[in-house]
Amino acid sequence: MAIEPGHAVDLSGAMVLAPTTPADWLVVGPVAIPIVTGAILLMARHETRLHASLAVVGLLATLLCNIGLLARVLDQGPLVMTMGRWLPPFGISFAADALGASLALVATLVAVVCAFFATADIGAVGRRYGFYPFMMLMMAGVGGSFLTGDIFNLYVWFEVFLISSFGLLVLGSQHRQLDGATKYAILNLVGTTLFLTATALLYGTFGTLNMADIARKADGVRESAPLTTLAVLYLLAFGMKAAAFPVNFWLPASYHTPRIVTAALFGGVLTKVGIYALLRTLVMLFPPELELLSGLIAWIAAATMVIGIMGALAQTDLRRVLGFVVISGVGVMLAGLALGTSEGLAGTVFYAFHSMIVMTALYLLAGVMNGLGGSYSLSKLSGLYATNPLVAAFALLLILAAAGLPPASGLWPKVMLVRASLDSGQPWLAFAILATGLLTTLALGRVFILAIWRPRVAAGPKVPASPLLGYVALTALSLPVVVMGLYPDPIIAVAERAADAILNAPAYIGTVFPEGAAQ
Amino acid sequence: MDTLIFRTIAPYLASLMVLFSVFVLLRGHNEPGGGFIGGLIAASAFAIYGIACGVAPVRRALYFHPMAISGFGLLLSALSGAVSLFMDMPFLTGQWTEISVLGLPIDLSTVLFFDIGVYFVVVGSITSIALALEEREHA
Amino acid sequence: METILAATVAIFFAVSIYLILSKHIIRILLGVAIFSNAVNLTIFTAGRVVREVPPIIPVELDTPDRLTANPLPQALILTAIVISFSIFAFLLVLAFRAYQELGTDDTDGMRVAEPEGEDLPPLGY
Repeated sequence: MAIEPGHAVDLSGAMVLAPTTPADWLVVGPVAIPIVTGAILLMARHETRLHASLAVVGLLATLLCNIGLLARVLDQGPLVMTMGRWLPPFGISFAADALGASLALVATLVAVVCAFFATADIGAVGRRYGFYPFMMLMMAGVGGSFLTGDIFNLYVWFEVFLISSFGLLVLGSQHRQLDGATKYAILNLVGTTLFLTATALLYGTFGTLNMADIARKADGVRESAPLTTLAVLYLLAFGMKAAAFPVNFWLPASYHTPRIVTAALFGGVLTKVGIYALLRTLVMLFPPELELLSGLIAWIAAATMVIGIMGALAQTDLRRVLGFVVISGVGVMLAGLALGTSEGLAGTVFYAFHSMIVMTALYLLAGVMNGLGGSYSLSKLSGLYATNPLVAAFALLLILAAAGLPPASGLWPKVMLVRASLDSGQPWLAFAILATGLLTTLALGRVFILAIWRPRVAAGPKVPASPLLGYVALTALSLPVVVMGLYPDPIIAVAERAADAILNAPAYIGTVFPEGAAQ
Repeated sequence: MDTLIFRTIAPYLASLMVLFSVFVLLRGHNEPGGGFIGGLIAASAFAIYGIACGVAPVRRALYFHPMAISGFGLLLSALSGAVSLFMDMPFLTGQWTEISVLGLPIDLSTVLFFDIGVYFVVVGSITSIALALEEREHA
Repeated sequence: METILAATVAIFFAVSIYLILSKHIIRILLGVAIFSNAVNLTIFTAGRVVREVPPIIPVELDTPDRLTANPLPQALILTAIVISFSIFAFLLVLAFRAYQELGTDDTDGMRVAEPEGEDLPPLGY
């Protein structure tokens, strides 16, 4: 592509000629930094002692970049960069709006804590097998999914974090891990292939893959194109990824098998990427189709939350209880999508922030309890209140958060969602959300009673020293839980901005295509 | 595959394939070819060498662990995309320059380094899968 | 041409779904492989099929001088093939390991992670 001298080509029809500033690079940072760190970790595979610190430093840099990105997005609106200077929709755009930027920030926060916790949980062998590189590449995939503005690129990032998650899931190669990983891998692969099928049909319909371009062209082709089919395919594909009933059975089959810190990261982050993709496609690209499907989604939401939490009530293994709690949280988030109103979507986004932090914290808490009590089984765990009152305090706070009770963070998104469902005349959905809250209190309250309050039932293993690292990690996650519970206004404001960003597509389109947004 | 003919010819065949893979990689700058296909050719060269002479000699010949090679490629690609930061252009924008080596003009570009990175990623990851499978076979 | 391709895609999807519904991992994997090929063919067909006009701009021009074939589906398919190839390689190794370690490739028999007849949690203390 070397341009011959003297042969002037008018580039303005193909390229973005306006210079970019270093601040624009904030949108690439949350993906590029983890990739570079992961690459360095792969090269330094024998220096296992350096892995943890390198990964924590890399993730902290990513976190700073995410904070900068969110601040800028909240201040000046969506931030767009199109790779290789090609004009959108020909180049692949990265487009951060309040929704993507805020979710990427919370996901990175959770990952930093997990990387920190893993310094104790993952030994030299696990590091040699690549725990930290896989984790960094997975976070690159998650960040890319949140920030990309191109639907095929979204598929690529989905696969990036999927492949890395396979690596994390089988790390250790115990029998149960191979069993769980087989089911997880096959079903997720089918899910992403369905996503690709939908994208192929979408490309055939629109001739473009840029999401802003699709959003602005959707009205023009609605008469002749099978957009409802596309919306249903996306609902199925991303519903599978988000573990919505009835395509959720891969989650309880696999999330309790890997190392606890891996389970914490998966339970916190991965299902929310599916929720994000549902919000992005259904709300921003196909709003009329979403309205058509909202009754179906409402039923899926109610079924997911109630059946999920009833699964939790039947489990003995603490990690499997948590797996089902993750599923019921997905149902709560889907309720906001079904309502499709500004307040409902804001509730969903807020619940996603809350759920990422609280589910990760609960899994890490389970890891700490296993370290102290020597088991994940509710029939063996006991007497932790007597030996480690601090664990009891963390457990109480996180259980209140998961159940949606004050003073923790779960209250406000549920209030928003209940109010939104009452406002749109669907009291039964509000009832389902409240009933789920009650059942969550029962399921997790029983964990508290049995594992923590109950006097020691057996002479378990000797009580090790207090898990300082676990306490630090739990404190780091509990602080935002309490802050979001006691002072929710700024978070609600961010969630409303995020909901507004997808409901108000013209603003997003106008950022990607500065001139001629209306076309 | 423990035949004398194969074992004798495999090192030469493998080195020829690696050479050809580099040719394909550089040819990809302006014509069909490139890092991905070049990397596949090099990875199959190592796989052939492994089938003929066992996995240990391949690992010795490679010196670096395949995943480390992969990581290097990833780093090279990511960094070559980041060069445009200093030119006020978006990520992954190609930058061209021309240097003269012994009076011979050579076009250099970040695109080339990106492609070389892809080459290493493919060589590393495919070789590591192939060697893992071959090791399993012999064990 | 589109009709033939569409029919092929339909057959591929039917075969792959039939195989994925099987209980045996190896059949499921074959189904998944055909599934991704079906999707690749879908992308190819969705990108409009045009006879041999490669999208190459002549040296003296800045834009193509006539309607050319669409190069984007090739790029999309290549990406999808690379991804599905690597995931499929991983899945094969995983299934092989699972078969070796668990001694079965029947998904009904793979109950290590979720054992049958597990105790219910204690009802009180």
